[in-house]
Amino acid sequence: MNKITEKLLGIVAGYTGKFDGAFNIREDGGCAGRQSTENIKILPHREGKPGLEIHVAPGTRDERVFIPACVTKGDVDDLTYNDFYIGDGARVMIVAGCGVHTDDEGEARHNGIHRFMIGRGAHVTYDEKHIGTGTGEGARRINPVTVATLAEDSSLTMDTVQLGGVNSTVRKTEATLAARSRLIIRERLMTDGDETAESDFAVMLEGDDSGADVVSRSVAKGRSRQSFVSKLVGNARCTGHSACDAILADQAVVTAAPQLDAYNEEASLIHEAAIGKIAGEQILKLRTLGLSEEEAENRIIQGFLK
Amino acid sequence: MLEIKNVGWTLSDGAEILKDVSVKIGDGKLVVITGPNGGGKTTLAKVIAGLIQPTSGSIWMDGKDISNMDITQRAQAGISYGFQQPVRFKGLTVRELMELSAGQELDMDGLCDLLGKVGLCTVDYIDRDVDASLSGGEIKRVEIASVLARGTRVLIFDEPEAGIDLWSFNGLVTAFEALKDNQHTMIIISHQERILEIADDIIVMANGTIRLSGPKDEVLPKLLDSEVAGYCPVGRKVPA
Repeated sequence: MNKITEKLLGIVAGYTGKFDGAFNIREDGGCAGRQSTENIKILPHREGKPGLEIHVAPGTRDERVFIPACVTKGDVDDLTYNDFYIGDGARVMIVAGCGVHTDDEGEARHNGIHRFMIGRGAHVTYDEKHIGTGTGEGARRINPVTVATLAEDSSLTMDTVQLGGVNSTVRKTEATLAARSRLIIRERLMTDGDETAESDFAVMLEGDDSGADVVSRSVAKGRSRQSFVSKLVGNARCTGHSACDAILADQAVVTAAPQLDAYNEEASLIHEAAIGKIAGEQILKLRTLGLSEEEAENRIIQGFLK
Repeated sequence: MLEIKNVGWTLSDGAEILKDVSVKIGDGKLVVITGPNGGGKTTLAKVIAGLIQPTSGSIWMDGKDISNMDITQRAQAGISYGFQQPVRFKGLTVRELMELSAGQELDMDGLCDLLGKVGLCTVDYIDRDVDASLSGGEIKRVEIASVLARGTRVLIFDEPEAGIDLWSFNGLVTAFEALKDNQHTMIIISHQERILEIADDIIVMANGTIRLSGPKDEVLPKLLDSEVAGYCPVGRKVPA
């Protein structure tokens, strides 16, 4: 792999010279390294699409799999389909960060379509960090699509973060939940300059006693624009909560559009949304501790997006 | 020595919140400011901490005019202020707030020492966010602990007793007394007799002016005879 990939992997996937578990490193659309383990097999996509199939054996305990993707130069439009098949009762952590880098005028773009088929009683933690780097004028774009199907008694905890430097992102997440399954999503986004970010969540609560908790926190600075759309559909006895919490600065724009559809008398759905600048009192409090106004703002944002 | 000279604060509509207030607070003193609601106590405390810029007068510390110092500069000069209405933060834990206040990382002993003084069990709280999940009493104690963590020369507490249960309140009074031994200057806005009793000096404010001030032994008896009786039925004779 090249040096840029190595650096990006450190940021988005905690790479320190090796990965502890199964992995596939995608670099500019090619493969810069792959390793399967006894319980986690990484194979080419069976439909011949660019991308992979990741098969986690039933009953796998506390293993990790790394599927990062890096675009390290301009004029690369990377598209990948990664399908994750998680066996019944498995407990696994998936790290799938993405970094896009350009030092020239060419655009660096990554489109990652990840599908999760999560078996009965399986528990998945999914970490996804995104960043754009490089000194070039070319745009850095990351458009992730996540589609998850959760079987009975399973869970998916998704932690998705955009660290900065991405000119535009369109993030689509869809999930379908069977009985007693749980979906937890924590999204954190930072945009600045003329960047744009769209987040679109759609969760179908199909099984009795299923539950979803979707929380997005974002900071919009400069002239950046963000939109948050969430849709929770309760088709069974279920609980759903979605929240959009945004800090606004400069001339940035944030829109939030929640939708709750309850098609079952026993569906309990909640949405919260709050958009506003940093509370003046918060800055004052930190200044009484000796921080400057700028230090206080940075500390508040750092904590908010933690 | 902290000296407030002829300080006034007038709102744009002409309402005078502070009227020509002058007072000297000696090093190592524990001074309690008391008086009826709306009398200007919190405003005066905020003027000292730099949260409010007065429309007239000046603030001096150790012979230096600090009137033009902003909040940050005054904090760095050694003035700490505990808010009457504590501020909540999403994503800032109790531990992080304590460490920001102390200006250094704190080990468990240090955290236990601080939070114990305000009656909080450290293990239960250090990783909790200072957000809406804390009750009014809990966040008030965290706020007080953040001021104690700074340990600066001048510590200002605005109604520290509000929302504190009796057990924790006793611990808090002990903490204030211990700081008094360490030669910190403390300014406490309070209506609590227990706190008035540990004061060196008492300042009574009403209608934006200092109505009465002096050593506790002189002021407290007068206060109990007149001020309290004037605003509270306790101590008043019930008409026959």
